[in-house]
Amino acid sequence: MTSLPENTGKKLGLVIDLDICVGCHACATSCKEWNTGGYSAPLSDHDPYGADPSGAWLNRIHSYEVGEGPGSKTVHFPRSCLHCEEPECVTVCPTGASYKRAEDGIVLVNPDTCIGCKLCSWACPYGAREYDFDDGVMKKCTLCVDRIYNETIPEEDRVPACVRACPTGARAFGDLGDPSSAVSQSVAARGGFNLLEEFGYKPVNKYLPPRTGASDRDPAIVTQPERMPKPDGSAVERLFAWADQALSR
Amino acid sequence: MHPAYSVILFTTASGAGYGLMFWLSVAYALGLTPNSPFVLFVAMALALLLITIGLISSTLHLGRPERAMGAFSQWRSSWLSREGVAAVATYMPSGLLALLWLIGVESSLTIPLAILSAVGAVITVYCTGMIYASLRTIRQWHLGLVPANYLALAAATGALLLGFLLAVFGYAPAWTATVSLLGLAVAAALKVHYWQTIDADPGQYTAEMATGLGHLGRVKPLDPPHTRPNFVMREMGYEVARKHAEKLRRLVVAFLFAAPGLSMLLLLTVGGWGATLFFLLAIVCASVGILTERWLFFAEARHVSMLFYGSARA
Amino acid sequence: MSKQPAIDLNDPVGDHVAKTTCYMCACRCGINVHLRDGKVRYIEGNRDHPVNQGVLCGKGSAGIMQHYSPARLRAPMKRVGPRGSGEFEEISWEEALTMATDWLGEVRANDPKRLAFFTGRDQSQSLTGLWAMQYGTPNFSAHGGFCSVNMAAGGLYTFGGAFWEFGDPDWELTKYFLLFGVAEDHASNPIKIGIGHLKGRGAKIVSVNPVRTGYNAVADEWVGIRPGTDGLFVGALIHELFQNQKIDLDYLVRYTNAPWLVIQHPGAADDGLFARGEDRDPIVFDKATGGFASAMSVETTPALTGARTLADGRTARPVFELMAERFLSDEYAPEAVASQTGVDAEQIRRIAAELAEVAFEQEIVLDQPWTDWAGRRHDKMIGRPVSMHAMRGVSAHSNGFQTCRMIHILQILLGSIDCPGGFRYKPPYPKQAPPWLLPQGALEDIRPREPLGGPHLGFPLGPQHLLLDDDKPSRIDKGFTWDAPMSAHGLMHMVINNAAKKDPYEIEVLFMYMANMAWNSSMNVPGTIDNLTAKDDDGQYVIPKIIYSDAYYSEMVPYADLILPDTTYLERWDCISLLDRPISTAELAADSIRHPVVKPDRNVRGFQEVLIDLAARLALPAFTNEDGSPRYPGGYPDYMVNHERKPGIGPLAGWRGADGSKTGQGAPNPKQLERYLENGAFFAHELKPEQAYFKHANRDYLNWAVEMGFRVEPRPTIFQLYCEPVQAFRLAAEGHGTRQPPESHRERIRKHFDPLPFWYAPLEETMVEEGAYPLHAITQRPMHMYHSWGSQNAWLRQITAANRLYIHRSLGAKIGVVDDDWVWLRSHQGQVKCQVRLMDGVNPDTVWTWNAIGKRRGAWGLSDDSPEANQGFLLNHLISELLPEGGGGYRYSNSDPITGQAAWFDLRVAIKKADGAHETEPLFEPTGTGGLAPSPNKIAYGAEFKRSGR
Repeated sequence: MTSLPENTGKKLGLVIDLDICVGCHACATSCKEWNTGGYSAPLSDHDPYGADPSGAWLNRIHSYEVGEGPGSKTVHFPRSCLHCEEPECVTVCPTGASYKRAEDGIVLVNPDTCIGCKLCSWACPYGAREYDFDDGVMKKCTLCVDRIYNETIPEEDRVPACVRACPTGARAFGDLGDPSSAVSQSVAARGGFNLLEEFGYKPVNKYLPPRTGASDRDPAIVTQPERMPKPDGSAVERLFAWADQALSR
Repeated sequence: MHPAYSVILFTTASGAGYGLMFWLSVAYALGLTPNSPFVLFVAMALALLLITIGLISSTLHLGRPERAMGAFSQWRSSWLSREGVAAVATYMPSGLLALLWLIGVESSLTIPLAILSAVGAVITVYCTGMIYASLRTIRQWHLGLVPANYLALAAATGALLLGFLLAVFGYAPAWTATVSLLGLAVAAALKVHYWQTIDADPGQYTAEMATGLGHLGRVKPLDPPHTRPNFVMREMGYEVARKHAEKLRRLVVAFLFAAPGLSMLLLLTVGGWGATLFFLLAIVCASVGILTERWLFFAEARHVSMLFYGSARA
Repeated sequence: MSKQPAIDLNDPVGDHVAKTTCYMCACRCGINVHLRDGKVRYIEGNRDHPVNQGVLCGKGSAGIMQHYSPARLRAPMKRVGPRGSGEFEEISWEEALTMATDWLGEVRANDPKRLAFFTGRDQSQSLTGLWAMQYGTPNFSAHGGFCSVNMAAGGLYTFGGAFWEFGDPDWELTKYFLLFGVAEDHASNPIKIGIGHLKGRGAKIVSVNPVRTGYNAVADEWVGIRPGTDGLFVGALIHELFQNQKIDLDYLVRYTNAPWLVIQHPGAADDGLFARGEDRDPIVFDKATGGFASAMSVETTPALTGARTLADGRTARPVFELMAERFLSDEYAPEAVASQTGVDAEQIRRIAAELAEVAFEQEIVLDQPWTDWAGRRHDKMIGRPVSMHAMRGVSAHSNGFQTCRMIHILQILLGSIDCPGGFRYKPPYPKQAPPWLLPQGALEDIRPREPLGGPHLGFPLGPQHLLLDDDKPSRIDKGFTWDAPMSAHGLMHMVINNAAKKDPYEIEVLFMYMANMAWNSSMNVPGTIDNLTAKDDDGQYVIPKIIYSDAYYSEMVPYADLILPDTTYLERWDCISLLDRPISTAELAADSIRHPVVKPDRNVRGFQEVLIDLAARLALPAFTNEDGSPRYPGGYPDYMVNHERKPGIGPLAGWRGADGSKTGQGAPNPKQLERYLENGAFFAHELKPEQAYFKHANRDYLNWAVEMGFRVEPRPTIFQLYCEPVQAFRLAAEGHGTRQPPESHRERIRKHFDPLPFWYAPLEETMVEEGAYPLHAITQRPMHMYHSWGSQNAWLRQITAANRLYIHRSLGAKIGVVDDDWVWLRSHQGQVKCQVRLMDGVNPDTVWTWNAIGKRRGAWGLSDDSPEANQGFLLNHLISELLPEGGGGYRYSNSDPITGQAAWFDLRVAIKKADGAHETEPLFEPTGTGGLAPSPNKIAYGAEFKRSGR
């Protein structure tokens, strides 16, 4: 249905740490392989070996350069559905196929009722929804709803495929509505932020900013090197004198 | 936004159809139409035909047209659903009216049915415009001017069709040309105002807001997520070059407004003689013009998701 | 609000899970392969596996499309058209193996050296090396010569270990991690996992690399160095450490040859060699006694400084003094190196200060007693928590060996090898420095039907170990000759060139495994293709027979005469052995297997199976019983279990002994593979805490290493700051000894063979016209593709189907280009046309691209209009396998003069805008597709897994 739930039991989502994402695409391909055989099966590919290959993916990794001069950085940037609290991708849907679950806030497309009008993708400012040209329906991140409650999977593995795969640990999964959850605490500690906050959809997924400057990470490191006063004699001689005396066998 | 030809056909054809339905119904209710049920039937039938062609075209454009029935259920929140409901609802009075005119039966229902048809036409076209205008993600669409434009252009093209049809059957009352001319003038003014409005707005969202990295400085793309465009880029990233768009706008002004307007003006000055020809000329030019106008409506629209794909502002 | 749809939240993933080992790169992560109805449903990391601990990179996660690629070969093939035409005929395995046996047998019976057998993917080197040894040809190596031998040799000659895969930073405890020249490379997931941890713990990461992407993007500090100048940078750091006296002198005395005395007698035949006592041990000056003592003696107080007079009256000085003089010279002052490296002096000083601060002021003390090699007990393990890693950006230069040695010296001066928080060896390392292994294959030892005396590759200690017959190279790649004396991994990149030029001699059969030599693994691709197709006057190919094995239709396939199609990793047995390149971590000695998880749907066989089959047909002794029957009738799994390299030591270390209770040494266990399968396809033996650090000098570790067969004796590894073997070669160049380099090589050897590392300009730039090629051109490996191995993968190629040339924004402005404009890039060898992308995070004098993206039409199951072939490009076309004409008219290999490492990143280029361009140049003629079925134009993989009733 395309009315939004008043509030949801939990606010399940992802926290993506831009400080340690190295742009390896593990989250993108593990999402693709999981979902092509899972809830969204299949995620089709067109002209896969030809001049214009493309396909339905639910997670995409951009790379940006940010800033100028010494403070500038390269930032690798994964982008997938943010499972917003007030997304119009749900309300614009004419069939009710696009919906937000009341129990955990996951935004899903029902592949059995979607008519593929694409209006929801137009309503998403994050480009998170992709049309599957083969299936004729819209596909998007499911927060691996078919993994997170799945009792046939070991409990420690009941996390989205992208979180399971990420080699640097840049992705975390949990209840952003619970301030005591690990994800909420990391957001609080690191200043996690919303993408396109100004747009007003109230994204649930949060991003952690790159840590900046060594000085706020290890204040003990001396940045002013201690220069030895220059007595007579070359550096070599001084070194040898020191070496002779300093050994403590 | 990627201009989908089926959607262009849908909105222009059905828009003209609803416009025709509106003017036909209003004129009939006001007693301005010829006293020939058959002619009225043909006019309504043409309107319904255009609307139906448009609706079929847009349904076939769906990924899963066989499920289209489901699209009526979410009228509480979805403009697309409301448009579907309104369209179906409007078929009823207009279809019935057409039937009554075909059979040639006198009935006290015809005027109420006509009024309902007119109202239904307006509501449906308004809903169509609102589908676009309700999208905050596309600043060129999120304007009151958009449903206004849809209504005005439906009215203008519909009036031309009505005038043409009446003329074909040998009726050429001046009001058809006047209404057409006025409709074209209003539509032209709205369209030009629309272009000025969208040209003046550089966009309030930036790549820095989209990525949340503005505190580090300006955001520039380094590597895209994929070499060839994906669905989002093909659908939302379509861009028409400024120069090309300007050429096409001039084409719209010439073919959709100037030529038909001139045609109507000439018709009014020479009187009813050659009305069929003047209207036909106007319709042919307006068709080229409105298809271009609709194409531009899509092509000049920028989606905010392109902020992730290299746009600095949207 | 209507009801929410019901979703099946408990859909089983597959009907069973098989644990095996990934194959997408040299990392060898453990994977769980979920299967449904015999098809692969999902691949994830194995949480229990020591390498990846459950994570899986972008390549491994795309394994499904690697396995189901339409570019897969289907059956053995025989070439029927000319080489390069791609015209093949499918044949049976029997016919293929008979043909191969005939060809190989004939060569073995007459002149074994006429077989050149070289492997690209080299993770079963202990098998392929054994095969080549048994065959008796000197012409074998894997591809390290064009990959990263500089790191292996630089490390092994210095401290018996290496970056690459033989060691890891102490991810748990390190506080400062300095990387040089690292993009995606061998230790893929461990580095990623490690970086995640370091950032979380607040450790500082400093990355030295001309390009700021990937690991370099997340580093706390990026040093955008000019390619090839890392040696100057490191030299300046060492200068600062000496200047400020931030050296771990204790560590140097305990573990290194810093106090060893070096003879100072210019003109003598032993000048620059160690002074030795009567027992031939090196000597030191003992401050306690005031006299000389053996360097191996424990009870001495060696002096690090002071010229001494030897018994014969000559002078000798400790290594430490010579080193200090070198690095304290003005040449390595930060100011002196700043402009050449592009790193300003202040930054260099600060990084040196930070290294010293962390190493000395933030030392780590573990309450863990340990015993050293001399039996002395230590209560604690003290660590200097600075760690480093370096890879291709250092290796792929002609000065890579010396630069790598310099980095190790930096580590050693900071006392950070195998201490808590530092660089940690992974078993079976450390070996001796260098390992006690000499190259085999001198021509005089090559006889028909006779095995070689030992493994081909090794670590020469002087000219006496070169493989020369008078002055003639024994090996086709001229390994272990004056062209590249310490070429510990061979020079696979020279084989085709040399064979075509018949220099040093002709060969009959070229047999290669998984090496795309006709494309991205070679320099000068057009030249290489010419060499592969060169014909003699009689119209026969100069290289008469080429056998090639691979899983996919690569650019190399059309140039081979006999194709032996390989399986994918999901269909094969494999063995990742402690005898070659295992999956150990610092605290676990580990090895692993692969096993067939899906059945092949085509007529392919695992390459190792085929090799063992050929070995039996050729009656190679180690593969054949007395009565002539095959020794390993069960194929590769039979070999894995039953082969013994030495008594009780086989390819797999786990569950040995008849009852499976032994580790490392034990009789073959017939149920060994079952045990591996039960354990997730790997075995790991955990070191005891007292063994975990200082392995090079740790008695408990060394004794265990001897038991496991890693070491011969429990003698410690002594770090060779001064590398005497290098001096031995220099002495020969100076006119000493019975084996000396030819005149044309003297100056080159004399200059570069410095036993203490130093920086010299990469060779190419010294030999081209000054100023003609002002830019450096390098590549990086993308994280989601491995060499050429991503374009046949439908998912990975959507991410990258074409590559851009990345240039600094200022350069773009200078030549008047914006993103996607076309440019000409020109070197002394050739030119390519490509599209640019502008960026800020790159050294301003450097241009770069992603490695191996450009493809040739006809290969990899791609259509002729693919972006890979039409917009993608290779830098290879600009790189010559030979240096420009230089002194003496001899054209050396474009390689490090010490190890022969291919100097890919020495490339110098010039750039200009190209007008009116739409596609890349050079554009090669499409090859035929070998009868491969056309690739599908749509994939909906997983549709078969869709369950009804979600």
